[in-house]
Amino acid sequence: MIIYGVYIVSKSGGLIFNLDNNVPRIEHERVFTYPLELVLDYDAKKVSVSFNRKDGINVGHVLVGVNGIAVNGGTLDDGRDVKATLEAAENYPINLKFTRPKMTTNEKIFLASMFYQLYAMACQLSPEPKSSGIESLEADTFTLHCFQTLTGVKFIVISETGLNGMDLLLRKIYELYSDYVLKNPFYSLEMPIRCELFDNKLQELLTQVEKTGISNIDK
Amino acid sequence: MTIYNLYIFDKFGTLLHYAEWNRTKSSGITSEEEYKLTYGMLYSIKSFVSKISPHDPREGFLYYKTNRYALHYLETPSGLKFVLNTDTAVINVKELLQQLYAKVWVEYVVRDPLWTPGTVVTSELFQSKLDEFVKQSPIYGIRNI
Repeated sequence: MIIYGVYIVSKSGGLIFNLDNNVPRIEHERVFTYPLELVLDYDAKKVSVSFNRKDGINVGHVLVGVNGIAVNGGTLDDGRDVKATLEAAENYPINLKFTRPKMTTNEKIFLASMFYQLYAMACQLSPEPKSSGIESLEADTFTLHCFQTLTGVKFIVISETGLNGMDLLLRKIYELYSDYVLKNPFYSLEMPIRCELFDNKLQELLTQVEKTGISNIDK
Repeated sequence: MTIYNLYIFDKFGTLLHYAEWNRTKSSGITSEEEYKLTYGMLYSIKSFVSKISPHDPREGFLYYKTNRYALHYLETPSGLKFVLNTDTAVINVKELLQQLYAKVWVEYVVRDPLWTPGTVVTSELFQSKLDEFVKQSPIYGIRNI
């Protein structure tokens, strides 16, 4: 059982909590000869692949290493410019290391509010009356489960595909939320959750679920 | 088990065909707006899925479920999008959509000399074959009342 992440979205669509759990690190290292088959996009903050794929390196992957030297934004750690290095034929063959970019906090906030809207649209486009919003969303690489409480807080769990009983886990997370967040006198509603006890209990729960399965959670 | 409605979009978001069977609620907006909203939602879901996915997705989004219905999605390499709303108990909808593409769409639309890609499908033959195909599928079933 792999759980990739937990998100809590407040009733107004803001991300108030997120936990990355077990996010796989996808790295591909390969030796390239001149000219470079991949088309790269040189941004001020990162160098990413904009076209072509090779041995698992896909569009969107970010360059993190050149010949074992880490890449920092548009420059190498030893001060050389990445673009100039990759365009000079005498540097080849060259060893490049790419990774799938990790989501930044800003992107997570963006995605959380995006999901909030998708949820509302799914309600409106329903062919049957009295439909809720998205409760589970399946893609080929993961499944998303969402539980909305009566007060409009959404709990979202991203996990691997083909798992049962995720609603039980979501309700358990809700229980932890009401016990350790709502009862915390220093927590104000709609604000980001910073409660150490909640973090610990949630991590404990996820570890237990990953080891022994959902059916063994005590109710 | 039942099937509610079907949308077919091309890669630019133009609605090529819409059909409905047991739909009991309208969305409360004009059908033009509804098609646009549906396409917009799918477009957003697609980008949402590719961003939040922990691995590189291949097919990406497959379906979502609410407590009342499930929306199944199939996109062909040419960007044609088949969207089928069913109830939540159905399985193997992906195969059904693939068959719908191969046996109905390709046969009666792609091979229709009067159809120009990117325009609404008006062929009556296609509509009747689609209706027949959907009604014969095991998913269509008998509606529980």
